[in-house]
This record gives sequence, structure tokens and C-alpha cells, in this order.
Amino acid sequence: MNVSTTLVYDGSFNGFLTSVFVTFDEKIKVADIQKNNRSQNGLFSEIETVFTNVEKAKRVWNGIRNKSYNAISNVYFAFLSEKDGVEMMLYTYIQKLMRIKNGKHLDYSDSTILYIAQLAKKVGREKHRMEAFVRFQLTKDEIYFANIEPDFDVLPLISKHFRDRYADQKWLIYDVKRKYGIYYDLNHVEMVSLDLKDIHHNRTLKSDAFTEAEHEYQTLWNDYFKSTNIASRINPKLHKQHVPKRYWKYLSEKKEAV
Amino acid sequence: MNFDRIREKLNILADAAKYDVSCASSGSDRSNQKKGLGNASKMGICHTYTADGRCVSLLKILLTNHCIFDCAYCVTRKSNDVPRAAFKVQEVVDLTINFYRRNYIEGLFLSSGIFKSPDHTMERLVAVAKKLREEENFNGYIHLKSIPGASDELMYEAGLYADRLSVNIEVPTVSGLKLLAPDKKHEDFTKPMEKVKNEIIRYSAEQKIIKSTPKYAPAGQSTQMIVGASGESDKDIMYSATYYYKTFNMKRVYYSGYVPVTHDSRLPAIGSQVPMLRENRLYQTDWLLRFYDFSVGELLNNQHPNLDMDVDPKLSWALRNLHHFPVDVNAADKRLLARIPGIGMQSVHKILKARKFRKLNWDHLKKIGVALNRAQYFMVCDSRLWERRDMDAEKIKGMILQSSSGKFRNQYSAQLSLFNQQ
Repeated sequence: MNVSTTLVYDGSFNGFLTSVFVTFDEKIKVADIQKNNRSQNGLFSEIETVFTNVEKAKRVWNGIRNKSYNAISNVYFAFLSEKDGVEMMLYTYIQKLMRIKNGKHLDYSDSTILYIAQLAKKVGREKHRMEAFVRFQLTKDEIYFANIEPDFDVLPLISKHFRDRYADQKWLIYDVKRKYGIYYDLNHVEMVSLDLKDIHHNRTLKSDAFTEAEHEYQTLWNDYFKSTNIASRINPKLHKQHVPKRYWKYLSEKKEAV
Repeated sequence: MNFDRIREKLNILADAAKYDVSCASSGSDRSNQKKGLGNASKMGICHTYTADGRCVSLLKILLTNHCIFDCAYCVTRKSNDVPRAAFKVQEVVDLTINFYRRNYIEGLFLSSGIFKSPDHTMERLVAVAKKLREEENFNGYIHLKSIPGASDELMYEAGLYADRLSVNIEVPTVSGLKLLAPDKKHEDFTKPMEKVKNEIIRYSAEQKIIKSTPKYAPAGQSTQMIVGASGESDKDIMYSATYYYKTFNMKRVYYSGYVPVTHDSRLPAIGSQVPMLRENRLYQTDWLLRFYDFSVGELLNNQHPNLDMDVDPKLSWALRNLHHFPVDVNAADKRLLARIPGIGMQSVHKILKARKFRKLNWDHLKKIGVALNRAQYFMVCDSRLWERRDMDAEKIKGMILQSSSGKFRNQYSAQLSLFNQQ
């Protein structure tokens, strides 16, 4: 009997791609692909630990990309959703993709393909939201600092946007939930992992960490936000739909509402 | 910087600018140059939304609300008794840069009341844009208002620094303009539009030959019309919108439900309801014209000068033209698919891709995201279940309204409510 195997990888995207490579290379019957911190034994399957190998990962990446650019970005975006069981869905997706000739024509009536496309869309939406909702505050050591708490792990996706845009200022965006950040030092962006104890939520009080003018500009922005509202058209439901409440604590214009 | 004084000015001048609907920051593709500040993303970003649910993407302010004109619909007209203020050029530049660095905004939307003369005002607007681009190396989005009556030379210069230029036509008919804005002539509005249009054409032609040609108003022009101020019909509005789209290559025409701001016998009284539903229907029509390949005469004509309030314009067109239906989703071409009520362009693209693999049935269509409660009466698919009853338009409309709900329903429902909920 052909025993199925559970693959355990280190949780990185490259690790996942390596696992995919291993399954194709060794013709493994896969029971599941799991992150090492969340792995669970199956009753009838063996466990194999996969060691991340950038070369192998790259071959899978190129393989998917040669089928379709859209597919590789779907795979990467969906992976960053960190949803339980996304690895197996992606694995099936990649299998299906490899079977067809032209990756541009995906079958949207297939449930896996639709699921991955929709998941990637959700992550894309979160990425776009974060590009909008980051609020920098200028610290005394001249770094523009922002906290975020996105639903999905979108920091790797937004770093290009901020690097291109704020090329002449130092900035740091810190993911409170995942405890790491991206820092730009006027030359390149790097990942920094730090455990900030003092999370700078919005406060109506002044904080010592930031410059004097910072507080003034936040006040101006708040004023602007209020005066640009047309009271006779008020529509709180629409407002919350566009700016969901879970993001309010890091938005300086919602300071008073929180 | 004196923050208290700036704060006062900002409150007055942001408040006066809010009736301009446009806040788009899309359509431009300016990249960051020489490690400067900012870029303009192609799709635009809404950084926050106001309590009325409108996008805030740009710092939208007036340079000043002093004005020599007396247009009845405008809150800053000269006869209105409101506090007045004016920004200095440097103050606008500082505000923009500091807001931008904190990721509050995509750029600046600068408009102004007209002080002294149109040219004098336009010159100041251009000065702000020039300073931002040349001194601050700012590559974010700039939207400048073209002042009606400004000279061609200034309009030319404005396009060199701005991403988008706009003149608000405000009143869709020439007769309405005479009534409400007696100081302004129709030509004052169209002359700057014409100039900018021609320059955009000229620059894009040169760009094809010389790649280093600088950008000229890359996000094009837009305009805005007030709805419900001077008693015009939906047909008037959409026909003149079509005229502006065609004649001046407008990127967008905005429709703004009139918010009563003044006591004037020529206008709706203060406190009367803002026509938000009508505004919504006009935007739907605008989308049908731009993306769904409808022509304006199909949706609005002498028999139907106004849009239906209770159903959307596409459904209302379909109900008047039942002879086109039912459409077979597995065979129809793109244009016909897009005409089925309840199927949007997103679904059209998915259907076109998916049906290469198999014939689609109701389940597939539902998963793809088609609004079946409307679409089911107008289409057939790979299923033996489809609407066979021979129903007339009234009947179909009734069934659709019964199986759906709408947030504006109480405004037009003919049914009496049992308990008075108002």
C-alpha cells in the first residue's frame, strides 16, 4: 500500500515551495503540509520534515510563473493569508495549474481555483488597506514610525510601495500582532524583529517619544477630517464599511472615537 | 509655524472646499524621481473616509474663500456672510508636505474663490504647484482647479505641474447658468477645458516621438454638475455629461446632489433633503455609458426623460426591452452578457473564462457572484430550470422588488407602512 505522508516545513514561503518541490520530485502521496509549530500527527500517515532549500523553491516559483504571472501572485498572496489548511489548497491549485497548457485560462468554476483566487483577493484588499491606513508619527530621532495590526501578514507585500514613495525619509512599520517590522534607512528596507512593550496606540495625550510638531499636525489632520464631512449626508454604516472598526485604534483621525 | 492661526484657516477653508465631490487620486503614474518625496499610484488610494462615507484621498482646500462672484448655489459667494480667510503659498506647501510624509494623503486638491481676477487667482494656484514640484521635489498627486476665465498661458503652465485639472460646470444647462450664476458665461468654463484638452493631445503625440517629453496633466480633466438645484431632468444632465466626455475627453464627470447652503428663492430651501438616490442612479448610468457599452439614448430619451427611482437603470432598460431576452450565458457575446441585469463586468470576465471549460449552471453563476434575484428572469443557462412563465415587465419588476431590499426603499415605496416609523 502506498502510505501517505505529512510534510512539515518551517513556516516560510520558501519552505512551502520546497515542500511542493519534494512532493513532485519524490512522487509522494501527500496527506497534509503543515507548519512546524502547528503540526499534528495523522493516524495513517508518516511524517517527513522538509528543510528549506532556496534553489528548489526557486524552481517551483519559476515553474508557476512560467505558466502564469497571475497564478504566482495568487499563490504568494494566498499563502500570506496564514489560513489553516491553505497549504493543501495551494498544493491542489498548483497541481491543477501544472496540468493545463495555458495558465492564463483558469477554470473559475473549479472550487479550488475560485477559493485561491478569492483568498488572494482578500489579502490584496488588506494590502491595499494597509497602504492607506498606515499613520506615521515622527519620533525625536527623526524616524517616521507606524504601528499596524493587519488580518494577514502583508508587510512583505507593502514594503515596495513605501520604499518607492518615501525615499527621502527614514521609516519603520511595525506589525504588532506578528512582532516584527520593516525599516528603511534611506538605502534599503530590512526586516527587523523587535518586541515593543510600549505600543503607541492613539492617545489624546502627548507622548515624549515624538516631536513637538507631531502632535500639532495630528490636531490639524483631525480638524481637517472633521470639517470635510457633510453633516446632512451622514452615513455611519457606509463609514464603518470603508473603515472597519478594528483599524480605528491606529488611525489618528479616529483618536476621539476610540 | 503658528499652528493656531493655521488651524483656524484650515477649518474655514477645508469646510468651504468639501462640496467638491472629486477626490480621485487615480489615473496618474508619476514615479519617484531623484530620491525625492512621493509618487502617484495608478489606482489611487483612499486614506480614510468621512462620517458621510466619502473617500478622503487628497488634502482638499481652498486657497481663499474671498470671491468676487455671486453664484447662488455657492457657499462662498460674495453676498454670503461667512468668515473669510486666505492661505499663503508657503503655508499650503508646508501642510501638504507634512500630511504627505505621515501617509495621511495622496496629494493636494487646490481650489479657490476668485479674488481680484481669474488670472490673478490662477497664478497663485500654479505657484503652489510649482513650488511643490520644483523646490520640495514632490512627486505626489496634484489636482488644480482651472479658474473659469483664466488665460491660455496660465492653463498651459498649470498642466505642467498638475496631474489633473478640472473646471466645475456646476449647472448642466445654459439657461440654468444664466439664472443662478449671472456673472459667469458658458465660454468661461469651456475655454480652459479646450486649451487643456489640446495640450494633452499635443503632448501625448510628442511623447510617441520623443520619450523624454515631460508629462502634461497625466490624469486628465474632470468636471462636476450639481443635481437638483435648477429643476433639470436626468436627460439634461446625462446628455450634457456625454457632451463633456466626448468633446473634452473628460476622465470623469461627477454628480453632486445639491446640499442647500443658502436662503435663495431660486433654489431648494435649507433643510430640504439631499437627492442622494437620484445621484446614485446618475452614477449608475454614467458607469453603464463608460464601461457597459450603452449609449445615452437607450437609457434616457424623450419618452423616458428621467431615471426610475425604484430600480437601477440597467434593469429598467431591460424591462423596457424584453425582446432581447432571455440571453444564453453559455453562448452570448461579451456585450450582450454585460446587458443582463445583475451581471457586472467582473462576472462577465469570469463567465467568459469559465465557460471555456464547461457549460455553466445556476450554481456556478451564484459562486461567481452574479445577482441571481435579478438575472434569473433574463437568462438561461445549463439547467432545465429557468423562468418559463410569460411575464410582462410590471410582473417581473414586482417579483424582483419583492425578493430584495434597498436602503432607499422607504423613500419611494408605494406601500403604506403599518406603523409609522419616521
